[in-house]
Amino acid sequence: MNFPSNLRYTKDHEWISLDGNVATIGITDFAQRELGDIVYVEVETIGKALEAGAVFGTVEAVKTVSDLYLPVAGTITELNPALGSAPELVNNDPYNAGWMIKMTVNNPADVDGLLDAAGYQAVVG
Amino acid sequence: MKNTPFTEKHIALGAKMAEFAGYNMPISYSGINDEHAAVRKNAGIFDVSHMGEFILKGEHALDLIQRTTSNDASKLKAGQAQYSCLPNENGGIVDDLLVYCVEENNPSAGQAGVYMLVVNASNIEKDWNWISKHNTSNAEMHNISDKTCLLAVQGPNATKILQPLTDMDILNLKYYTFTKGKFAGVENVLISATGYTGAGGVEIYFEDKDGAADKIWDAIFEAGGPQGLKPVGLGARDTLRLEMGFCLYGNDIDDTTSPMEAGLGWITKFTKEFTSKEIFAGQKAEGVQKKLVGFEMIEKGIPRHGYEIKDFSGMTIGHVTSGTQAPSLGKAIGMGYVTTAFAAIDSPIYIKVRDKLLQAKVAKIPFA
Repeated sequence: MNFPSNLRYTKDHEWISLDGNVATIGITDFAQRELGDIVYVEVETIGKALEAGAVFGTVEAVKTVSDLYLPVAGTITELNPALGSAPELVNNDPYNAGWMIKMTVNNPADVDGLLDAAGYQAVVG
Repeated sequence: MKNTPFTEKHIALGAKMAEFAGYNMPISYSGINDEHAAVRKNAGIFDVSHMGEFILKGEHALDLIQRTTSNDASKLKAGQAQYSCLPNENGGIVDDLLVYCVEENNPSAGQAGVYMLVVNASNIEKDWNWISKHNTSNAEMHNISDKTCLLAVQGPNATKILQPLTDMDILNLKYYTFTKGKFAGVENVLISATGYTGAGGVEIYFEDKDGAADKIWDAIFEAGGPQGLKPVGLGARDTLRLEMGFCLYGNDIDDTTSPMEAGLGWITKFTKEFTSKEIFAGQKAEGVQKKLVGFEMIEKGIPRHGYEIKDFSGMTIGHVTSGTQAPSLGKAIGMGYVTTAFAAIDSPIYIKVRDKLLQAKVAKIPFA
């Protein structure tokens, strides 16, 4: 499985990449494999200020549904518009075309406290 | 956790494995949607060796089956099978099952019946104890579950792929009939035109001995691989059966649901005596309070087992027993019990998905 070293991770299987104070967030290769075919990504928290660990949406796979957790505190600004008609992008390209949300983070330094690729690799064994 | 004789094959194929009914089973290989499509359009193979098989034989075997199951097994001729259920004493369902007539019961010709019951893996012990308890005339009973392999090869091209492996005529095997013979060099293989996918095909029963499991699995892949046969896991098995509106024990039917409520009146025959017959006859005469229906989502969302079903005012009228995004249909579907007033096709209902009420409507099954 693929865990790019330029990303940070949570033990809830989200990844985050930071550019200034704007972050892009998705779920990991491990998470998409565990979920199987993803059919719907629901995010209704755009514009809301949320704490780290808050549920910002849900991801529905054929067999199961899972909550999505915000890695760091901030305000969600955008849901990946491509997922509306092509939710399978999360399976096919979880770190690029399958990104889920963009957000403005309150404190960019929070991202440094998350797992690096090696740390996440250890979590998923 | 038990293995089937094919567990290592699944792992070698890269299957996602999980425990199901005490067995280490493949949930998916290439992905549920891909496997589902293979079965609908071409052919797929399922290891369902976790299922249970009982042999009942002797002059009292048919009587025991008649008293414990809802369908009329006296109608079966040798080589025919039927879908049935084991009612409990309160009008619920102990299990649903298949009854195979291997030898007809014909006392005047000195012929004692031989039957095979195929039951759900999760209920093997419960069913065995239930039938044993009712076996007051000592019919001979054998639980052959542990040594019996079961592979389902399903899909429109399934029998075409398998036919070269045997002299038995499986291309023309009629739905719910079976034949026994040599298959892929293995003797005593029972091939039945059954399966729980609605895609056609057969189920293959045989004893796991002298390498028979490897021999048959490999022969099927050798014959089917070049034609696009794919291994299929329990995930797609569930989406395939749900598109057909077939009940899954533990979800859509259980110890508390009546076959009359579950739309299984067609396997409940009042031509004979059996457990809870009076209860079912009463329900047939007076109608039932709740019914199992199929429904499809109108608003975007996916129904899941246990979600509440509501009417327009928000009053709870039932609950979802199965739900999924239907891979062949491109829409979200489900089954659930609703109060009878809402059971008609096109009745507007609402599914409570997390904190929202999403619009749905009762739909005909099989779903289309």
